[in-house]
Amino acid sequence: MTDLIDRGGSAHAAILGIGTYRPHRVIPNADIIEAIDSSDEWIQQRSGIKQRRWAAPEETVQMMSVAASRTALERAGVEAAQIDCVVVATVSHLLQTPAVATAIAHELGTNKAAAFDISAACAGFCHGVAMASDMVRGGSAKHVLVIGVERLSDLTDVGDRGTAFIFADGAGAVVVGPSDEPGIGPVVWGSDGEQFDLIRQKEDWRDVLASDHPSMPHLVMQGNPVFRWASFEMAKIAQQTLDRSGITVDDLDVFVPHQANMRIIDAMARSMKLPAHVKIARDIAEQGNTSAASIPLALDRMIEDGDAKSGDTALLIAFGAGLAYAAQVVKVP
Amino acid sequence: MATTEEIRADLAEIVNEVAGIPADDVQLDKSFTDDLDVDSLSMVEVVVAAEEKFDVKIPDDEVKNLKTVGDAVAFIERAQNG
Repeated sequence: MTDLIDRGGSAHAAILGIGTYRPHRVIPNADIIEAIDSSDEWIQQRSGIKQRRWAAPEETVQMMSVAASRTALERAGVEAAQIDCVVVATVSHLLQTPAVATAIAHELGTNKAAAFDISAACAGFCHGVAMASDMVRGGSAKHVLVIGVERLSDLTDVGDRGTAFIFADGAGAVVVGPSDEPGIGPVVWGSDGEQFDLIRQKEDWRDVLASDHPSMPHLVMQGNPVFRWASFEMAKIAQQTLDRSGITVDDLDVFVPHQANMRIIDAMARSMKLPAHVKIARDIAEQGNTSAASIPLALDRMIEDGDAKSGDTALLIAFGAGLAYAAQVVKVP
Repeated sequence: MATTEEIRADLAEIVNEVAGIPADDVQLDKSFTDDLDVDSLSMVEVVVAAEEKFDVKIPDDEVKNLKTVGDAVAFIERAQNG
């Protein structure tokens, strides 16, 4: 009988630094409405979105990720060579293999860090933070770079009234590392595959190629059932997440839900009975819905605007295609 | 058992909370979309709140049939009695 050594990890993990990248092209509603026979007023009323950011050709998934990561590393005071693992949450890196995380790890100058992509759609970032926290505390890695990045404009059907005005591009990254105090609470996560078809890539690649006129298999969504699930079921998950961390809504400083739709954010906040002092992320108005990138983008904006301060207690909750969700309470870096 | 008027009044309160429509405007003959300007997302919120308040299930397929306040009140009455 040979015993194996258990190396263990840090007692606690925290987000040490955050960085983001917003593409330069600003697309106002006025540029979207003709193709969907809509109006600026209708889009704002329906989603709260005034404009979104769409990436230019040179603003690739890798480029945006590297830019966001460099800022996160600098703010965390961590060198790229100290990163042991790079986790990239995305559904819009259109080269299916290898994982874009490996190219990002290389370009950043990590010391051949472990690197892989995860596919959990809009919930991907919070999945990545949960995994990174466990890696740091389990001893698999000391510092983990978690990136949420999307170029959803590549997958958006500009003629689809239900989605053309929603999706957008951008990147956000955090460095997760050891901490003296708990900085990342327990995750509450799960999925409901019975609702697999509510938000999805329209068809798989084999069906695309079998078609006489192959075209990009865009994202499609059934808005009302998604709204119902996100607004009410996710409010329950938010409450469970607070319970698991041993806090109540009164202890929260900041609420950063996935920036799916302003109406969902408002309905969730109402359903959760958030006290007035809790600052709510509303980055979607100017950024659009950037799926896996939306939470770090929204949190970073709140820090820039002074709505979130270092040490604040923030509830992150991400949800989307799958349907999949993940949530945790974190301390703002 | 709640009367039709009691259900209407409770529903009116929900519509007021969700969509900011004065509760007195929420009368049986009013159409949610045409008269009260309750859009489909607000309607989802009204339905979920009504399910909780009246302890009934209002399936997604049924929601499109609830065009007027009277339709919704009648559905809730039937569901409570069934």
